[in-house]
Amino acid sequence: MSTYDARFRVWRGDAGGGELTDYTVEVHDGEVVLDVLHRLQATQTPDLAVRWNCKAGKCGSCSAEINGRPRLLCMTRMSVFARDEVITVTPMRAFPVVRDLVTDASFNYAKAREIPAFVPPAGVGPGEYRMRQEDVERSQEFRKCIECFLCQDTCHVVRDHEENKEAFAGPRFLMRVAELDMHPLDAAEEAGLDRRRTAQEEHGLGYCNITKCCTEVCPESIHITDNALIPLKERVVDRKYDPLVWLGNTIGRRRNRRAP
Amino acid sequence: MTHVEREQWDVIVVGAGGAGLRAAIEARRAGARTAVVCKSLFGKAHTVMAEGGIAASMANVHPQDDWKTHFRDTMRGGKFLNQWRMAELHAQEAPERVWELETWGALFDRTPDGRISQRNFGGHEYPRLAHVGDRTGLELLRTLQQRSVGLQQEDHRETGDHEARLKVFQEFTVTRILKDGDGRVSGVFCYERESGRFLVLEAPSVVLATGGIGKSFKVTSNSWEYTGDGHALALLAGAPLVHMEFVQFHPTGMVWPPSVKGILVTESVRGDGGVLRNSEGRRFMFDYVPDVFKEKYAETEEEGDRWYEDPDHNRRPPELLPRDEVARAINSEVKAGRGSPHGGVFLDVSTRMPAETIKRRLPSMYHQFKELADVDITAEAMEVGPTCHYVMGGVAVDSETAATVGVPGLFAAGEVAGGMHGSNRLGGNSLSDLLVFGRRAGLHAAQYALSGAGGGVVAAQVDAAAAEALAPFGSPDGHAPENPYTLHQELQQTMNDLVGIIRREGEMAEALERIAALRARARHVSVEGHRQFNPGWHLALDLRNMLLVGECVARAALERTESRGGHTREDYPAMDRSWRPVNLRCHLDGDGIALERTRTEPVRPDLLALFEREELAKYLAEDELEGGRGA
Repeated sequence: MSTYDARFRVWRGDAGGGELTDYTVEVHDGEVVLDVLHRLQATQTPDLAVRWNCKAGKCGSCSAEINGRPRLLCMTRMSVFARDEVITVTPMRAFPVVRDLVTDASFNYAKAREIPAFVPPAGVGPGEYRMRQEDVERSQEFRKCIECFLCQDTCHVVRDHEENKEAFAGPRFLMRVAELDMHPLDAAEEAGLDRRRTAQEEHGLGYCNITKCCTEVCPESIHITDNALIPLKERVVDRKYDPLVWLGNTIGRRRNRRAP
Repeated sequence: MTHVEREQWDVIVVGAGGAGLRAAIEARRAGARTAVVCKSLFGKAHTVMAEGGIAASMANVHPQDDWKTHFRDTMRGGKFLNQWRMAELHAQEAPERVWELETWGALFDRTPDGRISQRNFGGHEYPRLAHVGDRTGLELLRTLQQRSVGLQQEDHRETGDHEARLKVFQEFTVTRILKDGDGRVSGVFCYERESGRFLVLEAPSVVLATGGIGKSFKVTSNSWEYTGDGHALALLAGAPLVHMEFVQFHPTGMVWPPSVKGILVTESVRGDGGVLRNSEGRRFMFDYVPDVFKEKYAETEEEGDRWYEDPDHNRRPPELLPRDEVARAINSEVKAGRGSPHGGVFLDVSTRMPAETIKRRLPSMYHQFKELADVDITAEAMEVGPTCHYVMGGVAVDSETAATVGVPGLFAAGEVAGGMHGSNRLGGNSLSDLLVFGRRAGLHAAQYALSGAGGGVVAAQVDAAAAEALAPFGSPDGHAPENPYTLHQELQQTMNDLVGIIRREGEMAEALERIAALRARARHVSVEGHRQFNPGWHLALDLRNMLLVGECVARAALERTESRGGHTREDYPAMDRSWRPVNLRCHLDGDGIALERTRTEPVRPDLLALFEREELAKYLAEDELEGGRGA
C-alpha cells in the first residue's frame, strides 16, 4: 500500500467568522476526502466539525465544497487529485455556517414543509393500489434523492442571493412537486390542490432558468433539470395555454387509476 | 443545581429511523403530543442504508405465500430462539404495514399486473421482499419522513403551529433516561450538538428506537450513529438486554479498498442470481449446506440455476442460505487459502445477467463499486467478505406492547429491541420488524402516557447527567489524558479480533479484560475545544455506550457454550438443543455487566404444529418436544 502526505486547507470558524487553515496529513490508497478529514480529527484537530453518517454515499450528510465545487466528502476519492495539489475544503456556501464544515440546513426543512404531502386517492384502500412500473419510474427517479442539498447549495438563484430564498423552494423541492405531480395516484387535483400552479406561484419555479447546475452536482445523477424541472415548466404552460392538453392529461391519469 | 431548559411532552421517541418515525406517527395518531429526538439531521438515519427490501407475505408474486410460511422461515432463520409471539405478530402484520406505506406515497417496484413486486432473499421460501431497486430503506425512511411532515402540515392548518403535536429535535443526543421516585420513566436528558446546550424533555413514555451497535466493531456496514445508545440507556435505566451474544455478520461487505472495507453489498445480488466463487472458481456454497437445511437447498449448480425460473420444481441455490451460514462459509474459504486477492471471495453477477439488467436491478451497487473501487460489476466479479451488520440482541420487551422489562414507561422497537429474530435475522425482516413493532411501541407508549401515568423529574438526576456530560472537559486528575478516538479504535479492534465471527473462550476472556481496562482509561478521557458541534466530545460520550454493549456481547458469548446463528464458537461448533430454551439476560452491575439465565416461554402448540416433528427434533430440547407432542 502506498502512502503520501497531502496538503489540505480547511475552513475553520463559526458564525462570527473564520479562516482557511493549512494541514499536512497522511493519505492511504483508495481513500476519500472524508477519510482524510477523519484522520485529521484523530491525530491533529479533534474538534474539527464535520457532518457524516454512512460514508457510503447513501445518506447525504457530508456535503461540502471541495476546491469550490459542491460534493459529498465520502464519494470524492483522493485519486482524482494530483498528489501535490492543495485540497481546499469549505462549508456549503448557500447556508449559514454553524461551525467549520457544518452548516445550518434549516432552510431546506422549512421548504420541505411548504410542499403539500401526497394526497391518497379516495376509495382506494391499502393493498388496492395498482400502478404500472413505467408509470412509477418517473417519480422513482426523483425519490432516489438523498437530500444532500448540494443542488440547493449550487443553484445560482439562491447561492449568492439570500433575498430569493423566501420565494424559491430550490431544485430539490421543485423536484418534489414534480414527483408528486407525476405520481400516478396522487389525488391532489381532486382535493382542489393544483400542484402545477403552486409550483409557479408559491414555490418559485419561474426563477429557474434551467442552467442545469443542480443536475451537474447531483451525486445520485438524477436528471433534475431535464426530467423534473423542464417537464414541470411545460405542464405549467400546458395548464395555462392549452386546455386540450390538460383534458388529455386528466383522462390519461384517470385511466391509470384502476381499482382492483 | 444546574439550570437546564425543560419541555413537556406525552411521548418521547429516541431515534428517527424507521422504527422511531413509525412509532412517532402512531403515537401522534393516538392523540399523544410526541417529540422525536435524533442524533443526525432528520432523514439521515441508518434505515436509508437498507437495500434489499421489506419482507411481507403479500403473495403478490407467489400465491402460496402466507403469514404462516413467513413465520416458519423466520423461526428457522433464528434457529428457534426467536421470541415466537413477536415472530408471529411480525409475520401477520407486515403486509398491512407495507400497504399502508403506499397510502403515504411510497412507490415500490411493480409486478406486471400493477401490484407491489416481491423478490427472493436468503431464507425466505417465496419471493417476499417489497423493494425499490436496491434502495428500499431510503424509500421507507423518506415515506415516513414525508408522512411526519404531512401530519405537521395538518397540525399547522389546525393550530397554526407545525410542531404542536409532533416535533423533531434533530441533532440532539440523549445521554440518560430520567425516572421518578417510583422508578417510572419521567423524561430524557439530552444535549444539542449544534450548540452544546442541555435540554430535559419530560414525558411519562419514552420509546427507544436507536438502532444497533456496529460501531463497536472495526469492520462494519453500520453508520456513525450506531454506537449502541439505546442498549446502554436501557441498561443504565435498569432494563435488561437479551440475546446480546448474537451479532450478524453480513456475508457480503466490500473488502477493498481499505477505506470502504465493510460497506454493504446487498443480498439482492444473490437473490437476483449472483453466485459466490472461491479463487479456484468453485461455487463453494454447495459444500456448506448444514444438516438442518439439507432437504431445502439444491445439490447441483444446474438445479440451483433452474430455481430462478421454476421455483416450484427446483430447490434454491445455497448462496441463499441464511446469512450466518454464508458468512461462516466465506470465512472458512478465506482461511483455507482460497480467498480473493484482498482477503474475500468473489461475488459475480457479470456472467449471470446482461449489463443493462444489472444496472436496472442493482443501480446503487453498480454505482458504489464504480465510484469507490473502480470495479465495473457488469464486467467483473466483486470481492466481498463478512462485515458486522446487525445485532439480534437488544432490550428485552413484551411482544405485544414493546414495553421493556422492569422500567414502566420505557418501550423499545426496531434493532434496539431483542427477541424478534432469535439467533439470526433473515434479510428483509428488519424493515418489516421496525414497521410492525415501531407502530406497536408508539401505540402503547401513547396509551400509557395518556392514562395519566408517570411522575416528575428528579433534580438530582438532571445534575448528575449534566456533570457526566461535562466530565470530558475536566482535567483528568493527574492521569494522562486519554484521546477518545484512540480508545474507540482500540475497542473496535478488540471486538473485531476477539469477539468477531468465530469465537474462542480464551479470546473472549481476553476481550473482557481489555474492555475493563478501556473502561478504566475512559474515565480519563479528555477533549479539546468547546461544546459547540465538537465531534471529539460527542465521541467521548458515545464511548460509555459502546463499552457497555461490547461487554454485553463478550460476556454473553463467553457464557453460551454452543454455536447458533450469529454466535459461532470454535470450541463448541455444534448447536446444542439444551441451549434452545435458555436466554441470557444482561443487567447493569456496578460499572459492569452481570448475566442472568432465564427460560424461554414454551412455543404455543398451534405454532409448533406448523412444523414437521422431524424438523422440530433438530432444534428443540427433548423435554420441549415431549411438551409439544402432549399439547
